[in-house]
Amino acid sequence: MTATRGSAARMVSDGPRVVRFGRTERTLHWVHASSFLAMFATGLVLYLPLLAQVLSDRPLMKALHLVAATVWLTALALIALLGNRRALRRTRRDLERFTADDLRWLRRQPAPQGRFNAGQKAHASVQAALAVLFTVSGALLWLGERNTDFRLPGTIALHDVAMFAGGALVAGHIVMAFATRPALEGMLHGTVPADWAAENHAKWTPAPPAPHAPAGIVRIALAITVATAGLTGALLLAGDALG
Amino acid sequence: MTDDGSEPEGRPLGRRAFFALVGAGLSSLAWGGSALDLASKSTLIVPEPLRAAIPVGQGWRIYAVNPPYPRFDPLGWRLRIEGLVARPQTLTYAELLALPQADQTSDFHCVTGWSVEGVRWRGVRFADLLAAAAPLPAARALAFVSAERPYVDTLTLGQALAPDAMLAHAMDDRPLTRPHGAPARVVMPRMYGYKGVKWLERIVVTDRVADGFWEQRGYDRDAWVGGSNGL
Repeated sequence: MTATRGSAARMVSDGPRVVRFGRTERTLHWVHASSFLAMFATGLVLYLPLLAQVLSDRPLMKALHLVAATVWLTALALIALLGNRRALRRTRRDLERFTADDLRWLRRQPAPQGRFNAGQKAHASVQAALAVLFTVSGALLWLGERNTDFRLPGTIALHDVAMFAGGALVAGHIVMAFATRPALEGMLHGTVPADWAAENHAKWTPAPPAPHAPAGIVRIALAITVATAGLTGALLLAGDALG
Repeated sequence: MTDDGSEPEGRPLGRRAFFALVGAGLSSLAWGGSALDLASKSTLIVPEPLRAAIPVGQGWRIYAVNPPYPRFDPLGWRLRIEGLVARPQTLTYAELLALPQADQTSDFHCVTGWSVEGVRWRGVRFADLLAAAAPLPAARALAFVSAERPYVDTLTLGQALAPDAMLAHAMDDRPLTRPHGAPARVVMPRMYGYKGVKWLERIVVTDRVADGFWEQRGYDRDAWVGGSNGL
């Protein structure tokens, strides 16, 4: 367990490597990450009076915030439609199941870990829930501007708390990523050193990448619809916010 | 069973945590506001400028552009009414309270998404406030200058004469507190809160409406609730 947290940083080797993330998972990660950062930055300007005074273009910040949200949700849907769905399902299963070893690891006892350690699993579950809560509370905020009846007592609190929680988690995640270079390489290029994986993820048997069944005509049609709707929505929202 | 035919190991605790968090989060749409409000009350020991910089809690969120908030001195405070008027005025706090008083209950909406419903205001309608000064025929707008430099905002005369616009000096049956703009603030319920200049010390009657503090920073001058700032 401790090896994952720090000492692994200088273990990058030229030896054999194993595949940890396929292209679909990496795309999903970076779409989510860049959208989060875009919405976090613009959202802070909309939220903090001090920043609003310095950056001072509320309509632009709002347009960027709303466009980032729309592009994010559209991209998630496109990845689900066109990506390697078997790989996504396998990753979800790897993330959401906790073994007795995982619970021991969470209590900081030495325990062999699978493809993801228990901390990464917990992080993924919380981030997935935050994504849903951001979307719902954000949509309510947007509606509340049109009709104040949609301003529910807890909408702002939920969006704010999700922002604080998400910001703290992402900050920790970035620190861990730079402290664990092989893991960062895995998310950048897909592969991690085999010896690092054997030491830190002992219970993980790197399987060959799940074969990618190309999307059928129905899913391609759905994807085109989603992409068109998302693009149209983003343009309308931008035009709306910029007046 | 999984794609590769093996039995999955462990229990789906992550999925349960996901659904529990989503459920708790969605239910907080009903109770989260008051919970955060309680939490923010426990942070009163935090210095005022910091609390002003990071808003938490439901209900009122106090924004200041130049903390700390101006201090109200009941004896020294004056409200000046000047510009395009026949007789410029200088009102003391006692003289403001001696003008014809109006009461109203109205909702307060902030452009950042929060609202406070059913706020009870007591104050003076702008028609009564301006009567003694007698605006000249060329008068078209009012500029409200705050003791919190450089905050200023404006209303057209027509907007200021709306039946629910007033210069308030009491809120919820108590004199305005310092965070709420003591001793007097503009109340314009049909527009977002940034039009409601707090810590008012000067009203300048002008022949044209100008941009206020936030309007110079990209917000709409006509800040109608439900019809401005990117709708």
